[in-house]
Amino acid sequence: MSTIKLTVNGRAVSVDVEDRTLLVHLLRENLNLTGTHIGCDTSQCGACVVHVDGRAVKSCTMLAGQAAGSNVTTIEGLAKGDELHPMQAAFRDNHGLQCGYCTPGMIMSAVDIVHRHGGKLDEETVRHELEGNICRCTGYHNIVKAVLDAASRMKVAQAAE
Amino acid sequence: MYETTYHRASSVDDAVALFGKGTEAKFLAGGQTLLPVMKQRLAAPSDVIDLSKVKELIGIEPTGDGIVVRAATTHYDVATSNVVQKAIPALAHLASLIGDPAVRHRGTIGGSLANNDPAADYPAAVLALGATIKTNKRTIAADDFFKGLFATALEDGEIITAVSFPVQAKAGYAKFPNPASRFALTGVFVARTPAGDVRVAATGASQSGVMRVGPIEAALKANWSAGAIDGVTIPSAGLLADIHGSAAYRANLIKVMAQRAVITAG
Ligand SMILES: Cc1cc2nc3c(=O)[nH]c(=O)nc-3n(C[C@H](O)[C@H](O)[C@H](O)COP(=O)(O)OP(=O)(O)OC[C@H]3O[C@@H](n4cnc5c(N)ncnc54)[C@H](O)[C@@H]3O)c2cc1C
Ligand code: FES
Ligand code: FES
Repeated sequence: MSTIKLTVNGRAVSVDVEDRTLLVHLLRENLNLTGTHIGCDTSQCGACVVHVDGRAVKSCTMLAGQAAGSNVTTIEGLAKGDELHPMQAAFRDNHGLQCGYCTPGMIMSAVDIVHRHGGKLDEETVRHELEGNICRCTGYHNIVKAVLDAASRMKVAQAAE
Repeated sequence: MYETTYHRASSVDDAVALFGKGTEAKFLAGGQTLLPVMKQRLAAPSDVIDLSKVKELIGIEPTGDGIVVRAATTHYDVATSNVVQKAIPALAHLASLIGDPAVRHRGTIGGSLANNDPAADYPAAVLALGATIKTNKRTIAADDFFKGLFATALEDGEIITAVSFPVQAKAGYAKFPNPASRFALTGVFVARTPAGDVRVAATGASQSGVMRVGPIEAALKANWSAGAIDGVTIPSAGLLADIHGSAAYRANLIKVMAQRAVITAG
């Protein structure tokens, strides 16, 4: 057992877990943040994507101990109170989800993509960069539309700041 | 995953000492290979020694005639490094094709080389560019490093600390990715040295891991152009055959990827 101290969605937390605990299990089982999903056991589906120190990572492929001292953001940390993050709003407006299982990981990956590419995002880049996120329902078209829509909303929001 | 004990190393010396204390210790870098294997209970290290926060193992520096990439540098940092993009753009391009963004944010060059997956990308660049692998004990030439499927010249407990890449006159990489895993169904790295020698390495194709491709090297040495590869015959003996492609299919892919790599190299 080890005591892991980290910051999750802006809140400092300290949890006692076995060393073999994966970050995704710490989030879901110790912190009850069940928005982060587990969709595979081969590190391929991306349902578990969260941000660790500002970078999108698969939380099923990182030990909790590796995240000690880090700043973690999960899907629960995106909205400001009742106001959805522009990416969440764009997924809703563009019908970017059906069953919703892949959606938290999609949104966390998508926010990371927009942060890295800013206004220079085009459809080809979005498709290439979403390769690590698998969706069994939508056929991806509306997800790509949502990401591009959110990218322009986020640019406008940034310009207004 | 079986039980294990996690250690975060503070330096290379600390990592070596921690490794010595474990009964069946393993180094952990990005974890993008080791953790999936541990999750499937195909590996059960008593101790995992995390190298990913060791400062002396992270970073990229230009040298007089090349670049040095330290072992725990992530694929993402190689893909986006100005130093790499300027000196060896083909290497930055290769790193940008590994897996997906989340894998690139964690996976490291040292982990990829130590693992020597027969379909991994970096081994092709290291072999074709004639890079040198530095460890905590010695320096190993690329030609002596890869020893077949998942096997390398590394001894038990030896740590890759950096990879030193010479800048060549021309370099290019093209891969046909497996559409599901993104690993190379076949990937080919081509390089021409300032003296006019040619080195070509293929990954994903051979049953014994990354390999030099002599017939294409000879053709490109005589005439550096995609067309020069048209008449080359690649024997399919010893090539991988699986659900994704036969040996003959991979033999042809080696030619096609080499041609595309030459075109990107210019
Ligand atoms: C979904 C997915 C897709 C992928 N697609 C690709 C792809 O397209 N192309 C590709 O090439 N790879 C791909 N990979 C593998 C990825 O590149 C890994 O990052 C890489 O193979 C291992 O690097 P790591 O830092 O994660 O190593 P780890 O998993 O931490 O370690 C791997 C092995 O190397 C050893 N090791 C690590 N660092 C050192 C060191 N410095 N010295 C000595 N030994 C060390 C460890 O003990 C372990 O045995 C993919 C992985 C995933 C999960
Ligand atoms: S749960 Fe599928 S990649 Fe993490
Ligand atoms: S919406 Fe169902 S898996 Fe993507």
